[in-house]
Amino acid sequence: MTREEVLQKVIPVISDKLGIDEDQVVGDAHFINDLGADSLGLVDITMALEEEFGLEIPDEDAGKLETVNSMIDYIIKAA
Amino acid sequence: MNVRRVAITGLGMVSPAGLSVDENFQNLLQGKSYVDTITHFDPTDFKVKIAAEILNFDPTKYMPKPETDRMDRFAQLAVAAGTEAFQNANIEFTPEQEERFAVIVGTGIGGNQTFIDTCKVLDQQGPSRISPYFIPKLIGNMGAALLAIRYGAKGYTSDVVTACASGTNAIGDAFKRIHYGLEDFALAGGSEAPVTPISIGGFSVMRALSKRNDEPKKASRPFDKDRDGFVVGEGAGIMFLEEWEHAIQRGAHIYAEIVGYGATCDAYHITKPSPDARQQTRCMQLAIQEAGISSQTVTYINAHGTSTLANDVTETMAIKNLFGEQAYNIHIHSTKSMIGHTLGAAGGVEAIVAVKTLSTGKIHPTINLETPDPMCDLNYTPNTMVEDDIEYGLSNSFGFGGHNFSLLFKRGPA
Repeated sequence: MTREEVLQKVIPVISDKLGIDEDQVVGDAHFINDLGADSLGLVDITMALEEEFGLEIPDEDAGKLETVNSMIDYIIKAA
Repeated sequence: MNVRRVAITGLGMVSPAGLSVDENFQNLLQGKSYVDTITHFDPTDFKVKIAAEILNFDPTKYMPKPETDRMDRFAQLAVAAGTEAFQNANIEFTPEQEERFAVIVGTGIGGNQTFIDTCKVLDQQGPSRISPYFIPKLIGNMGAALLAIRYGAKGYTSDVVTACASGTNAIGDAFKRIHYGLEDFALAGGSEAPVTPISIGGFSVMRALSKRNDEPKKASRPFDKDRDGFVVGEGAGIMFLEEWEHAIQRGAHIYAEIVGYGATCDAYHITKPSPDARQQTRCMQLAIQEAGISSQTVTYINAHGTSTLANDVTETMAIKNLFGEQAYNIHIHSTKSMIGHTLGAAGGVEAIVAVKTLSTGKIHPTINLETPDPMCDLNYTPNTMVEDDIEYGLSNSFGFGGHNFSLLFKRGPA
């Protein structure tokens, strides 16, 4: 999957979960500092993306995925 | 102890009869039933297929869409009613006052549907797919917590759980806290969203519910000889309480004053009311004693009036025990005849109806009272609203476990 393809799938999930516009979901956005997620919201997003891409992100990895870019990188590598 | 008077200066209510206090009250005066075939789930396999549902509730009117996914319906209803009550009180707080602001919202069973949905996820997808919002959606204290977060209430914040009496218990406890000077303000009431398979199924096997599936509008019929159980309803009723002098000084509209609160327990059976009605009697008596008035001045009771065989007889007996011949002159009615039994919300909803009744002099009917039960021979305001001038009125709630609560209200200044 290309980075662009992953991004196009990630954007609506994050936008829906956080109730923000899709154009706010940019690569270097930090989930908590920039997009207003709290720790539960971040778990919720991670679980939704696991479902979307059919993969499992272990807790110890998920804790490090703090920005949209790091999430996308992880998905590309794992998918 | 230096006790203070407690004013009611804000009201909020959502129920099958409406999404605001005024809409609810106007509709209740019309005397029609809001009971119908269940739509929240498919009731085909259930012996009981009817309930009083709120059909047009849109939680996004009160909060952004993602927040609605993080709250069970009972909490959404609490936020809706609490928001109306707070806005109705039209008050702004200093940071010091926020620390003198309590929230007590009762619920009987909390996040019922959330529990069912998550059990399915657990069974079908395993424990790692449980939502991180499961626990905060499930727990019954979230109605109170969400309102505290929304309005910065940093005083006592709690959830009381006394089954069908939770709402009255919550308002009574909040009244006491202001009365004794622990806080100056409170949002208090109850909320419940029990039209769910597990709750309808559970009450049904207890033989507590009406099975009048073919005539849902006739199913809730408190005090009628042909009643066959209660009808489950959903909703929330929350009021804003304020220390009297503060309310006077800021020129707030005072709907009513809480002048008494009685609390007793049957200590008899997990679900059945004690047939001697002694503790229900004493409960109302305590509220009246606290007010220091003669029982003869109480001319109105919003009854618990569930439409179960046991409750309606016992409650009638309690009223007669306490008031003697005067019992026949009291305007009594049951809000549950129209919107069903909203369980933990009922006390909140009915306290609001009682306050509106005092302030308007309009007493909504008890509908479906066609053939009075010979054991229930008081004036239950059958089928048509009446008007009268009422200064003092009671609202009763009796919950499974034998929890009895009565609030006594005095009409506000003109």
